[in-house]
Amino acid sequence: MGTERKSGFYTVSGRPIKRLYGPADGVRDYAGQLNDPGVFPFTRGVHTTMYRGRLWTMRQFAGFGAAEDSNARYRYLLANGQTGLSVAFDMPTIMGYDSDHPRAEGEVGKVGVAVSSLKDMEILFEGIPLDQVSTSMTINAPAAILLAMYIAVAERQGVPPDKLNGTIQNDILKEYIAQKSYIFPPRPSLRIITDIFAYCSRHVPRWNTISISGYHIREAGSTAGQELAFTLADGMAYVQAGMEAGLRVDEFAPRLSFFFNAHNDLFEEVAKYRAARRLWARVMRDRFGARDPRSWTLRFHTQTAGCSLTAQQPEVNVVRTTVQALAAVLGGTQSLHTNSMDEALALPSEYAVRVALRTQQVLAEESGAANTADPLGGSYCVEALTDELEAEAEAYFARVEGLGGVLAAIEAGFFQQEIADAAYQYQRRVQSGTQGLVGVNIYQGDEPVTIPIHTVDEAAVERQLRRLAELRRTRDAGAVQRALAELRQAAAGTANLMPPILAAVKAYATLGEISGVFREVFGEYRERPLF
Amino acid sequence: MQLTALIAGLLCGDKLSLARAITMVENRETGAVTLLKSVYPHTGRARVIGVTGAPGVGKSTLVDGLAQAYTGTGASTGIVAVDPTSPFSGGAILGDRVRMRQDPSVFIRSLATRGQLGGLSRATADVVKLMDGSGRDPVIVETVGAGQSEVDVVKLAHTVVVVVAPGQGDEVQAAKAGIMEIADVFAVNKADREGADRTARELELMLDTAPVKPAWRPPVVMTVARDGTGLQELRAALDRHREFLTSSGELQRRARQLVRAELLSALTQELSARVLAASPALDELVGKVLARQLDPHTAVECLLARADQGKS
Amino acid sequence: MERRLRVLMAKPGLDGHDRGVKVVARALRDAGMEVIYSGLHRTPEEVAQASLEEDVDVLGISLHSGAHLTLVPRIIGRLRELGRRDVLVVVGGIIPGEDGLKLKGAGVAEVFGPGSDLDVIVEFIRENAGRGRERDL
Repeated sequence: MGTERKSGFYTVSGRPIKRLYGPADGVRDYAGQLNDPGVFPFTRGVHTTMYRGRLWTMRQFAGFGAAEDSNARYRYLLANGQTGLSVAFDMPTIMGYDSDHPRAEGEVGKVGVAVSSLKDMEILFEGIPLDQVSTSMTINAPAAILLAMYIAVAERQGVPPDKLNGTIQNDILKEYIAQKSYIFPPRPSLRIITDIFAYCSRHVPRWNTISISGYHIREAGSTAGQELAFTLADGMAYVQAGMEAGLRVDEFAPRLSFFFNAHNDLFEEVAKYRAARRLWARVMRDRFGARDPRSWTLRFHTQTAGCSLTAQQPEVNVVRTTVQALAAVLGGTQSLHTNSMDEALALPSEYAVRVALRTQQVLAEESGAANTADPLGGSYCVEALTDELEAEAEAYFARVEGLGGVLAAIEAGFFQQEIADAAYQYQRRVQSGTQGLVGVNIYQGDEPVTIPIHTVDEAAVERQLRRLAELRRTRDAGAVQRALAELRQAAAGTANLMPPILAAVKAYATLGEISGVFREVFGEYRERPLF
Repeated sequence: MQLTALIAGLLCGDKLSLARAITMVENRETGAVTLLKSVYPHTGRARVIGVTGAPGVGKSTLVDGLAQAYTGTGASTGIVAVDPTSPFSGGAILGDRVRMRQDPSVFIRSLATRGQLGGLSRATADVVKLMDGSGRDPVIVETVGAGQSEVDVVKLAHTVVVVVAPGQGDEVQAAKAGIMEIADVFAVNKADREGADRTARELELMLDTAPVKPAWRPPVVMTVARDGTGLQELRAALDRHREFLTSSGELQRRARQLVRAELLSALTQELSARVLAASPALDELVGKVLARQLDPHTAVECLLARADQGKS
Repeated sequence: MERRLRVLMAKPGLDGHDRGVKVVARALRDAGMEVIYSGLHRTPEEVAQASLEEDVDVLGISLHSGAHLTLVPRIIGRLRELGRRDVLVVVGGIIPGEDGLKLKGAGVAEVFGPGSDLDVIVEFIRENAGRGRERDL
């Protein structure tokens, strides 16, 4: 027996880790618990060939300034080997405000690209063939509007909707729980989402209609187990909602996708992804009665943990991001965004974003991680952690059920309180030194930051405002009013909202005007904060 | 700011003066008593409405909605929102104003209980007076959502609204815990939820079967504070209660009770302070009582005797 | 009666990141302060009015959206107009170094970036709050 360095060893989530895992921790029932990749319950991966057939999509999230600025960045990234686009919108757009709204002041183009109208969207995708590129749009409350704009832009390029590949995040439940970019109350928001499910299953069949997210839940401070449990609980709520809206589960479930965080503890993260696949497969087949195997497979995008990055010694963030990206790859992610080293300081510079992309490319081409599926499968430690995470999630499912389901749990503040507590515990562990953070509470340095920082160009805001003013002047005001009136009527009733939204965006009604109609009809949500 | 300027400002409705005055009074700073004395003659106009109920029923949202309903009639509303002080640290997180809209015609002040039980803080009554004196009418007091134990808000408000919500489970519990006796109006909030009608019926039933039937039967108002449903009806119910109070003489009786309670409380506080000021040896007495050398009653007699001696 | 430091923790603008503001609020409460939370999506006017009504000693502004150079000076300007130039203003969130200097020039006492030590924040507030308050009674 030897002595150990510390009195206990824990993951970043606070999970205790044993000195040694052994055969007793291994999996006895291979076919039932694991099975091969591409076979139920998909623990080892959703495709038979995994990365030997096709590498994960390298999809760096980007967006800033006005549409033309982001368009240039997208073309830069595509030219440098990125294989899919991921659009970040600015806060006014995210919250359903046009760039010229009083509340938008100071926020236009800062954390993402400003899109107030179809005109902006056309410029955003100028020179980018939408039948060849898949696009993920990180947008939630106004997702239907941005999707409609994308479809309209594609039409102008001569690309029909059934050829479009992409994703909208469109996960409003996690907004109430973690990210807080909600606009309307839960019930009407779910109606918009199920309208999107129905519309796309018929007209945009290759589109991932939702990216059920754990990323933000983790960023808000949750543990890995909570991230897993709350995300899947949300997923089940969406499936429930879709079915209650009259859809057959296999009509929309194959297009549900997920979005997870990749945090520091390599083995815990890999176990988390494996547990997610196993849990979801069983839930979909056994609880919801899905019969199409594509309804059982949990496909996911991953982003490395923004909250783990430090402002101190930012170049060290490249190392953190590499470990986290490796976890995502070993965990079988379908698509990946690696954070840039300057994340805690500002929006990423071109230099930093290129390093982040190269990180993925090194993993893909040089590390060997992509040569075989689920390489950590069978590891005593990883199988034990997979089982533990699965059990933790199931315990949470039971508690949520006991509270009356996800919506009731949100109203009771259940998730929010769990997250707030976990965030506080984590901060205390960092303060006490139990959790070491290189450069922050250990190995600190005094060197000033020397990496180039991206600054936002005020001229971009000017350009956007001028374009918006021009649009308001030159469009057919009568057509806009008529379109908005029809939209209001549809919103107050039960008709699918996608067709009237499409008509409105094509008439050049703005995002703010369309959201304004919804604000009137559905109301606005105010949270009850928990600490 | 000079005290006289502060008082003048407060009586004119100046927000800065009112805010500073509240702090002075809450902390019993020098000049606080002078301030209260100067303001007192200008009080007695405001309707004081207490809002209480268990955590999570939507009190803050309801108070916000109610303030909006009053603003619509041209009123200048004051809101006092009370939240519990942490017994461990003495600090507090005051989160009620999150749910409230901000408006020039509404003044919202958050208070911590500072160890006081009963849902309010010791300073609340004085804060209400300051708001009253500065022209705020109505003054709405939102208590800590204990929902169960005796609430102090009855000693302070003309009309008490008890807020319940369906699915909170414990409507019957509430009856046992004495909430029923203090309610002048019931608000069944989140009335768009399942079970709201049943909750309302349960309340009506409890009122029907109450052993003593008071002159005023509390109405049960259905509200959805989130979207404003029922807030006008709630305001109307409050107005009706106000009318009842004035026409039946109940207002006078309650006002007498409030003043009486307040005088006694102030007297007790003042006396305790004086007696203890005259007796630095409190710790010594505590030690003796603990060691069974003295019993508590004799100890008190000692303290009083010392205070008397100090005077002569 | 005890005098407690009163702090308003505010989230102006459209940014919804509230992990930091909540963790700091809790720490300040644990340090014995009375912390009022503004809630999300507040305008600068609302933040200034709340600071006034609550007679705060300290205003903590949390921003992760890059809008700090617009929103913070506006809030400070309004506070001065309302007669509360004595409020200690601190800012937390994602603030690049040179912007931090600009904010200090505009009247912010200190900027606390991500990963700031909670004890350091508490100490700073304890030491610097109430310096500017005029009390001539």
